Amino acid sequence: MDRNEVLAKISEIVMDITDAEDVVLTNESVPADVEDWDSLNHIQIIVGIENEYGIKFSTPEIQSFKIVGDVADMIESKLG
Amino acid sequence: MEFVPTFNALRKNNKKEFSFSKKKKIAILGDSSTQFFKIALKGYGIELEVDFEIYEADYDMIEQEVFNLNSQLYDFEAEVIIVIPSVEKLLDKFYKTSGDERENFADLIIGSYSDIYQTINKNTRSKVILFNFASLNNSVFGHYGSKVRSSFVYQLRKVNYELTNLSIDSDNLFLYDLDLLQSRVGYNFRYEAKFHVSSKMVFTLDILPIISKELCDIIFSIDGSKLRKCLILDLDNTMWGGVIGDDGMEGIQIGDLGIGKAFTDLQYWAKELKRRGIILCVCSKNTESIAKEPFEKHPDMVLSLEDISVFVANWENKADNIRHIKEILNIGYDSMVFLDDNPFERNLVRKELPEVFVPELPSDPAEYSSYLRNCNLFETASVSGEDINRTKRYQEEAKRVSVKSSFSSIAGYLENLNMIGSADPFDNFSIPRVAQLTQRSNQFNLRTIRYSEADIKNICESDKHVTLAIKLKDKYGSYGLISTIIGEIQRKELFIDTWIMSCRVLKRDVEKFALNQLVEKSKSYGVDQIVGERIPTAKNVIVQDHYKNLGFIEKNGRWYLDLKDYKALDCFIQNEDKITV
Repeated sequence: MDRNEVLAKISEIVMDITDAEDVVLTNESVPADVEDWDSLNHIQIIVGIENEYGIKFSTPEIQSFKIVGDVADMIESKLG
Repeated sequence: MEFVPTFNALRKNNKKEFSFSKKKKIAILGDSSTQFFKIALKGYGIELEVDFEIYEADYDMIEQEVFNLNSQLYDFEAEVIIVIPSVEKLLDKFYKTSGDERENFADLIIGSYSDIYQTINKNTRSKVILFNFASLNNSVFGHYGSKVRSSFVYQLRKVNYELTNLSIDSDNLFLYDLDLLQSRVGYNFRYEAKFHVSSKMVFTLDILPIISKELCDIIFSIDGSKLRKCLILDLDNTMWGGVIGDDGMEGIQIGDLGIGKAFTDLQYWAKELKRRGIILCVCSKNTESIAKEPFEKHPDMVLSLEDISVFVANWENKADNIRHIKEILNIGYDSMVFLDDNPFERNLVRKELPEVFVPELPSDPAEYSSYLRNCNLFETASVSGEDINRTKRYQEEAKRVSVKSSFSSIAGYLENLNMIGSADPFDNFSIPRVAQLTQRSNQFNLRTIRYSEADIKNICESDKHVTLAIKLKDKYGSYGLISTIIGEIQRKELFIDTWIMSCRVLKRDVEKFALNQLVEKSKSYGVDQIVGERIPTAKNVIVQDHYKNLGFIEKNGRWYLDLKDYKALDCFIQNEDKITV
């Protein structure tokens, strides 16, 4: 799976939910980089990613997300 | 389930610019996280063009807000206060209750909700909507819990039951039955453990739009701005299986015949609604006397003519017939629901009368009843005894107001349907359907000659016959083979032995399209005159002027059309073969 595609898809979901424009996430991005990526929107972003890829994150997995690269790693490992 | 927008769509509504004249102040008190709920409810209001001004109390502050008369809740002066306790918090409370108190747990809880309601009711003019508790078994006793008074399951059920009694005794208290919604959509659709653990959410984003929709049903029935009063019923394939004009009294499916149970169930439901005070009307494309026959004579009919306030059966378009019904009842279109199995009729009514609610009935009649139950079409905030005489009053009114003849043109609607027709000679695929049409059709059937499949095959092979199998489709889908013509060539004349059309496609110019095709075909055989005849039966009254309307001239009981001067009739059906891409 292509990392850039995953990052682009996450960026798309983040833009949809935060209404921020021109978000280009990298592995090192963190929520604080995007205006309105607050805790409420974070939940919607998680659900949005789960629905997009047809996967589920566990509570510890969600807790472990520090940078966007962590999320992308998890998506890739779940999709095998 | 009736269509509801997604949470994401409702969230986006929140960011739209709007200005609605209809406003409503709503307070939300919950013992779980209610932020997403607020977004969903606000967004659903915008769908309905209502500006909800919402006060959301802090997390788990129900008692504090209610019992402190100086709280913001009272400053806000809400019209509606929504109180959302969760079963998850209820379980926490249960665990913290000492062993000897557990048998009284439900009484304690009910006592506290009773106090909450009384306090609000004494100090405000707000209506209160209180959520009941979603079912949950903590599985300490397994199924045996029902036999143990001190189990959580026993106490939870008692709480829900006693809440209904509390609401009966409290004029301004309305219950929102979350438990019923959960039993419909499932626990896992309502609740996602990880968001409860991490964020104190007890509702998934998926269920919030449904809850918002149902709360709006309640809110707008309380203020009377959205009360549905009237159910308008189609008959064929809606109230019974089959077509009464074709299948006859013995052939329609109702009661134990075929899938009759699906229709019987729906009739029982309609009858219950009528008992509650909902006005029932009939709007059917049928000859009136034929349509009324099952109501008068069929032993398995649940509904009788006495249940129907206004009975309209004719061949006019249904939007005009509903306008007629409205005139008699003198109620708003937005208080009407129209049930019809036929997508064409549904879409016509939606387009002509957008305020009438037209449920998208499932194609399988077996699903009618459960689908309609889930739509929650007839929310109410009160019931009264005076509704009972209503049906009779309207029946009398119906006799006074006769059907107006100024039927509006539906040409624009037909044009927008993008109808495409085809007319081909019979082939092996169409022969069984053609034979079936000759055997079953009674209404749009000019001579009612019955043919077997073998007969049709013989006609196919004869060089003295012209055959047309006519199919129709439009932007909503295909109707299949809906009309057939068999012509017999007698020298320079073509005699129409059979002309049949399914009543499903009545008033869509199919007969004009068919005649255009027949004329073209006939000319290629060197025919210069077409001859038609109607053999009258009790059921084919609708075609008594068929040939006259198509421009035939009558001589001695037969109808003649001269092909020399024939100009193709205008119709809204394009010929499939002639569509240029």
